[in-house]
Amino acid sequence: MTAQPVIAARNVWKLFGPDPKRYFSSLQGGESFEKIQAAGYIAGVRDVSLEVAKGEMLVVMGLSGSGKSTLVRCFSRLHEITAGTIEVEGQDIAKLDERGLIELRRRKMGMVFQSFGLLPHRTVLENVAFPLEMRGQDRHERRKRALEVIELVGLAGREEYFPRELSGGQQQRVGIARSLAIEPDIWFLDEPFSALDPLIRREMQDEFLRLQELLGKTIVFITHDFDEALRLADRIAIMKDGAVEQIDTPDRIVMDPQTEYVRKFTEEIEKSRVVMAESLMIDLAQLNGQSMAGDPVKSNRTIHELARLLINDQRPVFPVADESGQIIGGLHRQSALDVLLGEEK
Amino acid sequence: MMTEQAASNRKQVALALAVAAVAIAIIKLFTPLVDLRLPEGQGLLPWADALDSFFNFIKGDIQNERFGLMHITRWISEGPLEFLLDTTANLMYGKNRWPKIGPVPWPAIVASVGVLAYWLGGWRLTFLALGTLLWTALIGQWDLAMQTLSVLVVAAPIAFFIGLLLGIASWKSSRVERVLKPILAVLQTLPFFTYLLPAVIFFKVGPTAGAVATIVYAMPPMILMTALGLKSVSSEVVDAGYMSGSSRWQMLTRVYLPSARTEILVGLNQVIMLCLAMVVLTAFIGMPGLGAKLLAMMNSFKIGRSFEIGVTIVLLAVMLDRLSKAWVMKQPEHFEKSTPWWKKHWALLTGLTLFIGFIGIAQLSADAPHYTLTEGKKQGNVLQYMWGISDEVHRTQGLSQGKSIDKAIKAFLEIDSVQATTNWIRGFLIVDVLIPFRNFLLSLPVPTIVLLVAAAGYLVGGLRSALVAGGFFVMVAVSGWWDRSVITLYTVVSAVTLAMIIGLPLAIWAARGAAPPLTLKSGVGPFLSGLAGWIFTKIPLALLAAVVAGSYHFFSGQSETMNFLAPQSVSLYLFVGVFLLLCFLVRNWRRDSVMLAIVDTAQTFPSFVYLIPAIMLFGINDVAVIFSILIFTLVPLLRYTIEGLRGVPPEMTEAADMSGASRMQKLFNVQLPLALPTIAIGFNQAIMFAFFMVIIAAFIGTQDLGQELQRTLAGTDLGKNFVLGICVALMALTFDHIIMRWADQRKAALGLN
Repeated sequence: MTAQPVIAARNVWKLFGPDPKRYFSSLQGGESFEKIQAAGYIAGVRDVSLEVAKGEMLVVMGLSGSGKSTLVRCFSRLHEITAGTIEVEGQDIAKLDERGLIELRRRKMGMVFQSFGLLPHRTVLENVAFPLEMRGQDRHERRKRALEVIELVGLAGREEYFPRELSGGQQQRVGIARSLAIEPDIWFLDEPFSALDPLIRREMQDEFLRLQELLGKTIVFITHDFDEALRLADRIAIMKDGAVEQIDTPDRIVMDPQTEYVRKFTEEIEKSRVVMAESLMIDLAQLNGQSMAGDPVKSNRTIHELARLLINDQRPVFPVADESGQIIGGLHRQSALDVLLGEEK
Repeated sequence: MMTEQAASNRKQVALALAVAAVAIAIIKLFTPLVDLRLPEGQGLLPWADALDSFFNFIKGDIQNERFGLMHITRWISEGPLEFLLDTTANLMYGKNRWPKIGPVPWPAIVASVGVLAYWLGGWRLTFLALGTLLWTALIGQWDLAMQTLSVLVVAAPIAFFIGLLLGIASWKSSRVERVLKPILAVLQTLPFFTYLLPAVIFFKVGPTAGAVATIVYAMPPMILMTALGLKSVSSEVVDAGYMSGSSRWQMLTRVYLPSARTEILVGLNQVIMLCLAMVVLTAFIGMPGLGAKLLAMMNSFKIGRSFEIGVTIVLLAVMLDRLSKAWVMKQPEHFEKSTPWWKKHWALLTGLTLFIGFIGIAQLSADAPHYTLTEGKKQGNVLQYMWGISDEVHRTQGLSQGKSIDKAIKAFLEIDSVQATTNWIRGFLIVDVLIPFRNFLLSLPVPTIVLLVAAAGYLVGGLRSALVAGGFFVMVAVSGWWDRSVITLYTVVSAVTLAMIIGLPLAIWAARGAAPPLTLKSGVGPFLSGLAGWIFTKIPLALLAAVVAGSYHFFSGQSETMNFLAPQSVSLYLFVGVFLLLCFLVRNWRRDSVMLAIVDTAQTFPSFVYLIPAIMLFGINDVAVIFSILIFTLVPLLRYTIEGLRGVPPEMTEAADMSGASRMQKLFNVQLPLALPTIAIGFNQAIMFAFFMVIIAAFIGTQDLGQELQRTLAGTDLGKNFVLGICVALMALTFDHIIMRWADQRKAALGLN
């Protein structure tokens, strides 16, 4: 793919402390988190390079203090980075002046916050219309647009409520509506569902997937919940102590953890629910003409979804078909069963 | 965190300093040379003269046309400020100035404030507001109150806006904050007489100077609260504001200020309360109004009228306090779609209607004869009296009972047992406690006191605190007002000590919460303490009942023919009835809530009011001074002690219970140690309050800095006034520094915060 990435970060550093720039220039590169801490600095982001493609959903996963919120605030320049470059649609955002930055946020970016960040003195409608008001849209137009998004997130009828009169889930819907009001191309979500009850969280995730299907934004989604990450992500970046440990698709993270830290996360995960037929599939060329009779399985089914078939059907190799029904490879029954039941000891 | 080593080092150094202090005191017994005391009134250097010439320089000279600050301040005071004050004065009590349409009839004001109160806080607040204003009008003090309030309505908004701007500035720039912080600390401890004289010199005698002094006095908390509020806006709200593409101006006006609404309104509440307190005190520089009247009445020892004015001031203070607090609490509410506009704005409409209606009535009744109540009654028609006063109520028409109260108080004080008690307290305190203590303090050599203070400083904060504390006292010593400063200190220390002795047990007792049940089963002791508790929680009810019955008594005009306490008096039965009814309505009040309610109310009283009972009981002497300071300082002591004890985490008291601790063990081993930092803050506030009150008590007649300060008000001795004021501020700041430092360390050590 040669298309320009929407966000491109190169060797980004963010240090907190008395004089980060000077301290950074004394670094050799590759200092550990602890060593930086001993010098009186906190390494929020440590030498991160990554790209987010158009329409992609990148989930940044990490425990609290791992620097994931800091990273996303660097992307939106709520934090000034200490070193490195961040380009948004090819534009180095560190070079933008105040006006340019405000314009970027008014036209291109939306953000959702963990504790909602709603303005307590404004109604739902006024909160949602806030970004439109900031960029000076006239009252009639912004009201129309705000009502549209409120409808979209399912809060119609509550336009005149104040945030404190709403439940947590409803408040976050307002937060989501606000971030969508300006029709941003890039959507940042900072642990949007972490403050909600488990049941509501699930419901909001579904809602979120529905919205994404509809809108197809470029998304950077922060979470500390591995299940949530697996559920939503196109790619996952796992962070620890400010550095990215591994950035990969969910099934590759589960099947092939690159570091001890990532492996620990994946241990508890039921792999069969994440791994799809496609990722265990062997190319037609490598099958060496092994027989592949019978009905094919869909390439985007998880092994868990295929479990019954795998146990009942004795074929050694299943043909795998893509969306259009074209056979694109074969799935060894044994390797699929290994994922489903764990490898034989 | 302080290491063990450092802590023990500190103790040793502090001990060494204290030993040196004592040694100097002992040496002084043999040779007075060590007592580096300057003669009274003569500083090491002529500070006062130096300050005087400095002030003269920046002041400029209007007669000789040398330009200076005075030209600017005089322009303000004769221009915009005087214009504003004249306008409100005309509208509120009919001073003959532009726009010459006043005075607004009092029922119109009462009614609109009543509606406002209902909109802000419902029926209870309406009751309070209407009660206060009707009392003020009918007791014949409407004009006085409006004179006071006409300055307040100008001063409070100005103090609010300047405070808001400075608060924003100190939040935006750490440099401004660094400069403002020490200035505010000094301003908050500077005695109010020091505000008054510069105000008079720069802004003319009268309302303008009063307004300026009030504005300066009321501003500091507004600055602090604004900065605090802006700092504590949630970072996510701020980020959300930036991500919505707000410019800096939009961030400030649409995100920060509205989100800090609560703190800003709390600041406004404080501004209003301080303004009222100060406006009353500006009576000392000739500001007309309630304060001036109170001062005059107390001067001529008319306790009855003083008491009535005191009640008016208290009621106004409580009303303003509750109204502004209700505004803090009021959250916006949404209306369902298609609510008609008059329903959304019903309060405004009702208020306006009543306002205009009462103005109309006043127009119609303007020519009606002005009967006094007795005259109206003689004609057999109270309505005629009401009709007569519906535009203006004059002093002669008021229902003041000053003379009867005077008589009652005199009678009460002439009761032998009362007289014996107050005489004994007075004699005992003066002869056996106060005078010896004062003489002892005065006899201590200057270096002894300085070293002791420095030792205390070293103990809590190391070298820096020792230098600050000791240095401040050295400055007092070289100012040339050492003896008067020591007398001030003696008054403060004695009063606060007495307040501690009374306040701490009272607070501990109150904090225990619900009273034990009233049964004789467990013996006479618990029964008596239960009974005491029961009586205590009924005090507010009795007061309320007394107000109801009392007003009936006044309005029915029976005071002359029938005694309130006589067996055939209707008012007495009314009192009993109302009291029992109230007892039935509120059965389960807890001691601590009652105490906090009393303390909260007392906190809004302007300080002047506390002089009234002191003079009443003890006459004019040191005991009255100490007594007025004592009740004034009880307020913060009780409040913080109760809150400290209530704030002890329940799991800790539960742990103590489960370890089998008795009540006393629990109190001394768990509750008090944990509450101590909070109690220390209360203690600190008590000392600050005492330094404030001791200056006001100069009015009773003291020999301390306050007396000297009050004297400077008569002249133009700006330099001396300033030196004296700074002496008070320095002593107060020393205490503040040491106690707050200690409290912070305790808190950190206990892992609170």
